[in-house]
Amino acid sequence: MHTKVRVQTTINGEPQEFLCEPRQSLLECLRDLLGLTGTKEGCNDGNCGACTVLMDDRVVTSCLVLGVEAQGCQITTIEGIARGSELHPLQRSFLENAALQCGICTPGFIVAAKALLDQQPNPSEDEIRLWLANNLCRCTGYDKIIRAVKQAAEQMQEVNA
Amino acid sequence: MKTQEYTVVGTRPIRHDGVDKVTGRALYGADFQMAGLLYGHILRSPHAHARIRRIDTSKAEQLPGVKAVVTAGDFPEVPERMVDLGEGDTPLSYARGNVLAKGKVLYKGHAIAAVAATSVHVAEEAAGLIEVDYEVLPCVLTAPEAMQDGAAILHDDLKTKEFGEQTGRVSNVAEHFRYAMGDIEAGFAQAEVMVEREFNTATVHQGYIEPHNATALWNNDGRILVWCSTQGSFSVRDVTACLLDVPVSRVRVTPMEIGGGFGGKIPVYLEPVAALLSKKTGKPVKIVMSRKDVFEGSGPTPGSHMKVKIGARKDGRITAAQAYLAYEAGAYPGAMVAPGAMCVFAAYDIANVVIDGFDVVVNKPSTAAYRAPGATNAAFAAESVVDEIAEKLGIDPLDFRLKNAAKEGTRRADGPKYRRIGCVEVIEAMKNHPHYTAPLGGPHRGRGVAIGFWFNVGLPSSCTISVSADGTVNLVEGSTDIGGTRTSIAMQAAEVLGIPAEDVHPTVVDTDSVGFTAVTGGSRTTFATGWAAYEAAQDVVRQMKERAAKIWETEAASVALDRGVFQSGDKRMTFQELAAKLDQTGGPVVGRGAVNPRGVGGSFSGCIADVEVDPETGKVTILRFTSVQDAGKAIHPSYVEGQMQGGSVQGIGWALNEEYFMNDAGSMTNSSLLDYRMPTALDLPMIDTVIVEVPNPGHPFGARGVGEANIVPPPGAIANAIYRAAGVRMNRLPMNPPAIMQAIWSQRD
Amino acid sequence: MSLPTVFIPTLLQSLTGGRSSVEVEGGTVRQVIDNLEQAWPGIRERLLDQGKLRPNISVAVDGEVTPMGLIEPVSPSSEVHFIAAIKGGAQAAHGQRHL
Repeated sequence: MHTKVRVQTTINGEPQEFLCEPRQSLLECLRDLLGLTGTKEGCNDGNCGACTVLMDDRVVTSCLVLGVEAQGCQITTIEGIARGSELHPLQRSFLENAALQCGICTPGFIVAAKALLDQQPNPSEDEIRLWLANNLCRCTGYDKIIRAVKQAAEQMQEVNA
Repeated sequence: MKTQEYTVVGTRPIRHDGVDKVTGRALYGADFQMAGLLYGHILRSPHAHARIRRIDTSKAEQLPGVKAVVTAGDFPEVPERMVDLGEGDTPLSYARGNVLAKGKVLYKGHAIAAVAATSVHVAEEAAGLIEVDYEVLPCVLTAPEAMQDGAAILHDDLKTKEFGEQTGRVSNVAEHFRYAMGDIEAGFAQAEVMVEREFNTATVHQGYIEPHNATALWNNDGRILVWCSTQGSFSVRDVTACLLDVPVSRVRVTPMEIGGGFGGKIPVYLEPVAALLSKKTGKPVKIVMSRKDVFEGSGPTPGSHMKVKIGARKDGRITAAQAYLAYEAGAYPGAMVAPGAMCVFAAYDIANVVIDGFDVVVNKPSTAAYRAPGATNAAFAAESVVDEIAEKLGIDPLDFRLKNAAKEGTRRADGPKYRRIGCVEVIEAMKNHPHYTAPLGGPHRGRGVAIGFWFNVGLPSSCTISVSADGTVNLVEGSTDIGGTRTSIAMQAAEVLGIPAEDVHPTVVDTDSVGFTAVTGGSRTTFATGWAAYEAAQDVVRQMKERAAKIWETEAASVALDRGVFQSGDKRMTFQELAAKLDQTGGPVVGRGAVNPRGVGGSFSGCIADVEVDPETGKVTILRFTSVQDAGKAIHPSYVEGQMQGGSVQGIGWALNEEYFMNDAGSMTNSSLLDYRMPTALDLPMIDTVIVEVPNPGHPFGARGVGEANIVPPPGAIANAIYRAAGVRMNRLPMNPPAIMQAIWSQRD
Repeated sequence: MSLPTVFIPTLLQSLTGGRSSVEVEGGTVRQVIDNLEQAWPGIRERLLDQGKLRPNISVAVDGEVTPMGLIEPVSPSSEVHFIAAIKGGAQAAHGQRHL
């Protein structure tokens, strides 16, 4: 048994402390230690994007981050995207546009798309496609996902206008 | 095309499971947790073909944290027999052998042993301590290689069968069958143009994002409880019971949410192993495959070697067609070659046909279904040859297809005559689409078309509906929901009951809680489980009419239901009002539907693809893509479009990039999602869709399954587009840059 | 009076003198096979094994593969086809009930 390390972090706005082995990924810590199973494992080598979370507003694949690296960081997972009982515009537009089928990639897409809209409120189709190129979806062919992100961007701009 | 007007069917409600899936609350198989859970890891063969001389698990067992190790020897001793795991019989030893190898490993990645430990890392470490002594054997990796005399033999007991006749010949060819119609020689004699080509396609994977997973608890009362991501909870139950030699009633399978399947999550790999580990430890055991395990140890879809010959008259009528299809089954018999043979010329009305199919075992993972299994390979070959003939005759490729299109009454080479089908309507919709005549707008660009068919299946489904006092209903079903089927099924019940889709609450339940329901596959779920929901809703309506009649002191036969309002004479009551009165009129109302429906309507699909080929690198860019499909009646058009877009893009990946890249030793050298290159958002344009509706007379709402046919035409269409862009006819998949440059260079020479 | 039409698979046509379709009586698939056997001895054994359809053979009545197999009703106007089963051994080996 490896000695566990104490990690202090903030997850979805709440201070959070956990003990993990040095070899455990942030993905494992979120899922197995903290019960935040909304973040998914698709490949465990950074190529599918299903485990995408925000780390100090940076998009990371949490399977390639060690749990111990989260020390002192602000982590946002899919569980932290909705505002209380109100869905985030991206979550609403994914539903309205039928932008998910099996749904396993959806948390990663929504987290990644949120990071995009936070820094580029009015992205073009090409910008959305480039930004989301690290998130694989095998069900939808991406068409409805691109539409959903565009629609959410428009709605968020209307609200902010 | 105008179809009957409905209130709910054909609308686009938000899916019932949607909120849980956009908030991360939906629980998939790997998310399952339980007190005392142990983690499993599977040791897999590093060799493509080897005899196992000895397995020594002692070092692994001694590692702290390890609770149990199992091998094939831990399966109960049952004499060899044919087991009926549904409709098809197979030797029990094959079924068990793929789950844990006994005696021999037949592919790299073949499961050999499994460990349960207190953490996934300890389990993995322990698996590495298992010592296996192998005698490495020569391997065969392609169908042509495996069919040669003197090829290394995978199964000493496998003898070629020719339509029920044992030839007694030990070989890697499990089966040879033939479909024939008319007089093939006379047909070719009438032809004025003839094209014959040979094609090869690589093994490809379904590529679902969620790896296989299973948790099993061998409970103290002897029941085996399973939680997993599967396309068919009942087939997991049946196979697990069979391999563990217990009655099916001893196994309960709870289907968790499933992260994609496309046919690849029908087979059972982990559940019986997790159950064996649980039996030894008394604890629940969870096993999750790594991505590498998924590539190397689950079931991709067959690579193939094919020859297609088509002859036509100058007036554009096809006179004869012949196909030779040799598909690689992988380690155990069962390549999807029969459906390939059914579909290869299925879009055409041809009088003289011969199709030979060969099911060939090779040292690659045992193959599984992949969206219209077998049809995409065959259509790539057939649609390439059809395109070449049309070109030789100087006829527009869609006009040529229209001239030869299958219609109601056309007989397919495997026997059946079509009922009402939408092949002609699909081709006409392609012709009428602005995409077909839009300018290509640049050099090195080309446009290609192709069409394809999938026959779809019916099979058993069960469903119950109970009415709540507030006028909503709870719908209980057994079809795991991979792409919005809770909603497409609920909508059919809502249509019958005259209530909004949102007032139906669908739940997918475990195998103890609903009647037998076959897999989510074969494009059957909206068709067949939807039909069960239709029947269950009709049963509710019948009982509700009796209640209304009781209240109104009249005959039930006089009560009608129209758009959610019960009426008899001048008396009226809404569904909601009556639902509130059930307790006083006799108690709860529960409707049931259990079907094994006939009337499956096959679906045709076509696509138009514009490509640009970089003449320096051979890279193909998809510029524009339109998918057209006959849905019969689109129950939820958004999710029909989604199926079409998803199938199209899987077809694009199959066409351009995806393949199991094998070295000579039979090792897959690209078993990661970086190197097994599936399309990303950046690789694609928007995917336009046209839903054609030629109602299926065999379904209450006219629905045809739409899940599969859409993957069939893309590789053929893209090959035809590449020809027009770069002047080379491709005869292999994938058509990746090296293959295209090779073709361009060899044409220059 | 019309009789059900049975289409003989190519590889069995040696048993029916090269005929690709024949008309035989029968109200179910089983009866049709029994009557085929009367006319062309040996054919039943190629279709059935121990009284069950062979694993690699499916029967289609009027264009649809029937899950009921031998007990499927056949009408005088029916077409009966014996075709290669959709799923071969491996699908069943994987526990695939169906596609």
